[in-house]
Amino acid sequence: MSKRIDVKDLNVYYGDFRAVEGVNISVAPRSVTAFIGPSGCGKSTFLRTLNRMHEVLPGARVEGQVLLDGDDLYGPGVDPVAVRSHVGMVFQRPNPFPTMSIRDNVLAGVKLNSKRLSKSDADELLESSLRGANLWNEVKDRLDKPGSGLSGGQQQRLCIARAIAVKPDVILMDEPCSALDPISTLAVEDLINELKENYTVVIVTHNMQQAARVSDKTAFFNIAGTGKPGKLIEYADTSVIFNNPSEKATEDYVSGRFG
Amino acid sequence: MTTAPPRQAERAGVPAAIAAQDSPRGDKVFSTLALTAGCLILAVLFGVAVFLVVQAIPAFTADPADIQGGKGFLAYIAPIVIGTVIAAAIALVIATPISIGVALFITHFAPRRIASALGYVIDLLAAIPSVIYGAWGASFLAREISPAYVWLAENAGWIPIFSGPASATGKTILTAGIVLSVMVLPIITSLSREIFLQTPKLHEEAALALGATRWEMIKMAVFPFARPGVVSAIMLGLGRALGETMAVALVLSSGALTVSLVQSGNQTIAAEIALNFPEASGLKVATLIAAGLVLFVITLAVNMVARWIISRHKEFSGAN
Repeated sequence: MSKRIDVKDLNVYYGDFRAVEGVNISVAPRSVTAFIGPSGCGKSTFLRTLNRMHEVLPGARVEGQVLLDGDDLYGPGVDPVAVRSHVGMVFQRPNPFPTMSIRDNVLAGVKLNSKRLSKSDADELLESSLRGANLWNEVKDRLDKPGSGLSGGQQQRLCIARAIAVKPDVILMDEPCSALDPISTLAVEDLINELKENYTVVIVTHNMQQAARVSDKTAFFNIAGTGKPGKLIEYADTSVIFNNPSEKATEDYVSGRFG
Repeated sequence: MTTAPPRQAERAGVPAAIAAQDSPRGDKVFSTLALTAGCLILAVLFGVAVFLVVQAIPAFTADPADIQGGKGFLAYIAPIVIGTVIAAAIALVIATPISIGVALFITHFAPRRIASALGYVIDLLAAIPSVIYGAWGASFLAREISPAYVWLAENAGWIPIFSGPASATGKTILTAGIVLSVMVLPIITSLSREIFLQTPKLHEEAALALGATRWEMIKMAVFPFARPGVVSAIMLGLGRALGETMAVALVLSSGALTVSLVQSGNQTIAAEIALNFPEASGLKVATLIAAGLVLFVITLAVNMVARWIISRHKEFSGAN
């Protein structure tokens, strides 16, 4: 199910403002790639262009190509709705649907995209998704209780279960642990390690230890100043970025000597 | 106890900024004010209820033959209660879908400039006095719509609510209901719009990121979030429709209770009171006040049902 991402000369604009400039990057299937960089450097914006979620804001547009196994996400006639069912997303703050039970939350995306689901198929998918998100044992006795009653970390894993239930090719995570306590963070990081066996995972994080722990490759983004577009400065194996970066800016950032 | 330490501090010559801790007293004043305001509302409500009950008692105890119609209070009130409910129901059936549609269009579909212009126009509708709606309904809408009633009576007359002969003037309960629907439209629309705007971006994005279309996103994220608020908005609209007096009094040519919506006939409580009160005296006044009491009870019941509907889903409301 996992697919490769190739980005070619991507520029992202909000109206006339260029937020991200000239990104070229290739992400291998079945890997975890981390985006790091200071706030406002465009890494979240860039992440959102990978499933066209940035288009939710009026005036947002891109130039360039994002290829998913060779298919351009921005090609003519490509429906952003279809793109998003292939490229799942997990957000900064856990956002299960508050009015839905745990069960309905997990199945929410599936019910959208596919035809009727038989009860046994639904139960099977529910269990496999929740197991895939390391949540099954904690919630199996209260599947009909509201998802908003879980702890923050459980809610975030519920959101991951909801994302993988759709069987996407890629999972994007936008600072998935920034609202979680250390123990929940550890649970989600363990999960990310398991997810890469089946999915291409791209994660934005402000926590450099996290990037070092979970990712195979790391991309460092930076901006020259406020009002300037964000750029991809360096992209390499995580160990290289953290131990032996080729760019001075990268070294300053990962060693904490930034700015 | 709580006010003692600042005074001591003052005496000991502590700087004024620290000593001037009269906030406990400020809190007390504020809480007293708030409590008084709250009690005042209850007292007014209670006073109205007591007044209605006391003044209405003669109507309940009187000899049935003396009540208007000669068959007792129940026989008098039942048809106009039903008329009131029919008029309000027509208004809600028409206004609710339109209002929710308009509110959704303003909040989720329209370009920003059109949305704000449209919102402004809707708010203007709420500012038009009811007597103007009444005049418009009676002199324009009724005339224009009567051919439609004739057509309905001819072609759909087998359905009891459209049975003929249709009113030639068009001054029917259906016309009254349509006028009422225009009047409650701005209430439901502007409240729904506010609620829809409050839907957390997080939930909308959650739905979109799963591959939901905009309409699916609205069904998954916006409606569940907005449901209690929209129910409240509809109930406020219903309150207005039940109690609206002037417009109905002008539009409806009242009469005995009939099933048909396209014949003249039927009456609502509020219009009945308004039309008869100026020339009423004695037992007739008591009867009209008793009718008012019934309207009061209906409105109260509607609000309680609405609260019950809202609280039924509390566990899933996201408030926890």
